[in-house]
Amino acid sequence: MGADNMKLTLKIWRQQGENTKGQFKTYQVDNVSSHMSFLEMLDVLNEQLVSQKEEPVAFEHDCREGICGTCSLVINGYPHGPMQGTTTCQLHMRHFKDGDTITIEPWRAAAFPVVKDLVVNRDSFDRIIQAGGYISVNTGQAQDGNAIPIEKDQANHAMDAATCIGCGACVAACPNASAMLFTAAKVSHLAQMPQGQVEAAERAQRMVAQHDAEGFGRCSNVTACEAECPKGISVEHIARLNREYLTSSIGSTK
Amino acid sequence: MPFQSNVPPGELSEKWTKYRSSMPLVAPNNKRRLEVIVVGTGLAGGAAAATLGELGYNVKAFTFHDSPRRAHSIAAQGGINAAKNYQNDGDSVYRLFYDTIKGGDYRSREANVHRLAEVSVNIIDQAVAQGVPFAREYGGLLANRSFGGVQVSRTFYARGQTGQQLLLGAYQSLSRQISLGNVQMFNRHEMVDVVIQDGKARGIIARNLLTGELERHAAHCVVLGTGGYGNVFYLSTNAMNSNGSAAWRVVKKGAYMANPCFTQIHPTCIPVSGEYQSKLTLMSESLRNDGRVWVPKNQEDAKAIREGRKKGTDIAEEDRDYYLERRYPAFGNLVPRDVASRAAKTACDEGLGVSPTGLAVFLDFADAIMRYGKSRANTLNEYNASEARIKELGTAVVAEKYGNLFEMYEKITGENPYVMPMKIYPAVHYTMGGLWVDYNLQTNIPGLFASGEANFSDHGANRLGASALMQGLADGYFVLPYTIGTFLADEIRTPTIDPDGAEFLAAEKEAQERIDRLMSIGGNQSAESFHRRLGKIMWEYCGMARNAEGLTKGRQMIRELREEFYQDLFVPGSAKEYNPELEKALRVADFLELGELMMLDALDRQESCGGHFREEYQTEEGEALRRDDEFAYVSAWEWDDNDPILHKEELIFENVELKTRSYK
Ligand code: SF4
Ligand code: FES
Repeated sequence: MGADNMKLTLKIWRQQGENTKGQFKTYQVDNVSSHMSFLEMLDVLNEQLVSQKEEPVAFEHDCREGICGTCSLVINGYPHGPMQGTTTCQLHMRHFKDGDTITIEPWRAAAFPVVKDLVVNRDSFDRIIQAGGYISVNTGQAQDGNAIPIEKDQANHAMDAATCIGCGACVAACPNASAMLFTAAKVSHLAQMPQGQVEAAERAQRMVAQHDAEGFGRCSNVTACEAECPKGISVEHIARLNREYLTSSIGSTK
Repeated sequence: MPFQSNVPPGELSEKWTKYRSSMPLVAPNNKRRLEVIVVGTGLAGGAAAATLGELGYNVKAFTFHDSPRRAHSIAAQGGINAAKNYQNDGDSVYRLFYDTIKGGDYRSREANVHRLAEVSVNIIDQAVAQGVPFAREYGGLLANRSFGGVQVSRTFYARGQTGQQLLLGAYQSLSRQISLGNVQMFNRHEMVDVVIQDGKARGIIARNLLTGELERHAAHCVVLGTGGYGNVFYLSTNAMNSNGSAAWRVVKKGAYMANPCFTQIHPTCIPVSGEYQSKLTLMSESLRNDGRVWVPKNQEDAKAIREGRKKGTDIAEEDRDYYLERRYPAFGNLVPRDVASRAAKTACDEGLGVSPTGLAVFLDFADAIMRYGKSRANTLNEYNASEARIKELGTAVVAEKYGNLFEMYEKITGENPYVMPMKIYPAVHYTMGGLWVDYNLQTNIPGLFASGEANFSDHGANRLGASALMQGLADGYFVLPYTIGTFLADEIRTPTIDPDGAEFLAAEKEAQERIDRLMSIGGNQSAESFHRRLGKIMWEYCGMARNAEGLTKGRQMIRELREEFYQDLFVPGSAKEYNPELEKALRVADFLELGELMMLDALDRQESCGGHFREEYQTEEGEALRRDDEFAYVSAWEWDDNDPILHKEELIFENVELKTRSYK
């Protein structure tokens, strides 16, 4: 099952800060085990750099199990790497070979400015949610959890959309740097729950307005987002968003 | 400093209701003038910040993450308990209370646990109202499963991503309050100290992680919802950035740390594969409902498996030891976490481990696949189905139930668990210990509150499955927003706290000096390498089994490591920029003290209870020996660089009888 002493060449994007120019730098790592995760391989590189008193490569990660949405690398041109349905942190080195050259870059989008090296700022996603990605209910106002039955399939569809981890790979994959898949996932999740239907139309409108204000591009149905989304969020949710959005534009009084 | 549990008088089941209705209130116009700092935006912090914002307080929320949606609560898989009794299987608030007290091995406070069980039902209602897509039955009602060795089905879940969905619910509520201007959100800000003025917590010093600048933030009180300290072991199921620093900073300012040695080792995690290992991944406890745990009966077979000469499937049925079923016939594979973990360790200590490191046991689904396959074949009227067909049908059923977990396992290990039995081993998962708090969730420092995993309050010496989400949200939505009023009601005349006050400047200076000191050591070793070494010491001497000799030695080793750290640490870059290495160094420095306190606490507790197993105190059959006469107390430690001081809060049980847990 794979080698235990792979030698790899890494071409990594290094950039000091948002307003400095970046460039690729080439590094060599030896002794890579096929059981390592991709990020553990970068840990090894960083330990190596620190021991040479060089600055380690900055990259973001936290849960390392594919759920928090923090990790964010473009690997050989693919957001989260070449494996389908896999976040960067879940990618393992057994999918690479001894002697490979691997290119590693940050998400690239105007609305995701680079913080340092491979780290980008995704505050724009938070602001899209703040614009309306919630149900307006205060703590303590709820009725009994079983008061409104929800069809099993419908709850499942809502859950499909709700699994979005807010990583931003969809934006990195899109030639227009559109965040429509992310935005639609939230709109669609909430619109499919009876509790969320009341505000559905207005929610769609406000979130899309914020999406545009953040400088994300327009969706032109390329569907690269769906292909690269580690959670398999379907572009059908964008269609649902469009429906909610149209209803709101036609009937809007605001 | 005050040290009273402040449990209100009266009948257990009426304490909370009565107390809540007689609590001093803060009028709406005063709430607007009162400021609250909430550190941490996981379930406990995020829910508290959102709710306090809704109530009208002026909230400032802080997280070191790039977004409040990323907190480690997100990784919880299995579910959330609530005493709804929707299944009509005899559940009740009292039963949930009792299970939690017993599961915690009688080392938690009755009144707090009862309140937790009471508000558990409100959490589900609240989450549903927020749009959390819980699993449903065909009739459209909420689905439940049984979890963690209890006899009722009270666990609500959203696939294997319950923590994620509940956190997103809290995050959405928080986002709403941010957009309304009630909560001011500080992403990428890490608390590096607390500020105490006239004995009260009045603010924090935070490091802006993007610029490295220190900032002074003032408020009328401070809430910590900063999670647990499992990463003191380096390897754990905690997210990489989870740390104990916020809690430790307040301990250094006089807050008490309670039961620090109570850590939970989760039995079903993917084993360590090599030295480079950075974290461990949990396989949900729900797997034990269908998987059977075993090791080979003899060492030769185990050795052959370790060396790759044999596979698990090569071992004949009669040569396998299903040790949990053998030792605990009544509960079998469903014994509580602490019991299952220790049994795995025992098996591996006997040379029966099945991975190259010798530290793994099998979790086998072959029987479940056949059982489900047969039943599915029957439903389909395929009475003469071949074995292959049965396997195929059974595999589909198992995939339906556990598909995403099996997929995750395969991604990490490269092995197909439908064909080969999974390999699992216990790993550090949760810390029951935490900041000492009273009934109001207030620490011994007035105005300083702790919620969720950051406090010690509800789980005693062992937490039951699906109870962490419950506690985080109970504290955040339904307890703290009320109890904080007991402090703030007396503060309505206190003017806005000035962040330029002398105490703030002093705390900022102190934090700056701490940072400068780490930056200027100029040694040769990375923070990461110290952390790894600390983790090994903790695991070896303060892990699944502990004894006086090892703990004494471990404590000494940590002290030496700490000394080396301050002589040979190397932090690249500068302090006034985005510098993850410096963040790590600050956290490791704190772990190096906290680890010592854990050893000390484990040494003091000369009994075995829950996750704390002292080898000197076991029965002849190797089961934990609790010593209620002497140790039915909460240890609350006051830090001192030389000799921390132990305060004891006696635990009084008026409603349950202390019994020896038996799962035989
Ligand atoms: S839609 Fe997919 S790619 Fe986009 S943020 Fe969500 S999980 Fe990431
Ligand atoms: S680090 Fe959490 S999803 Fe990758």
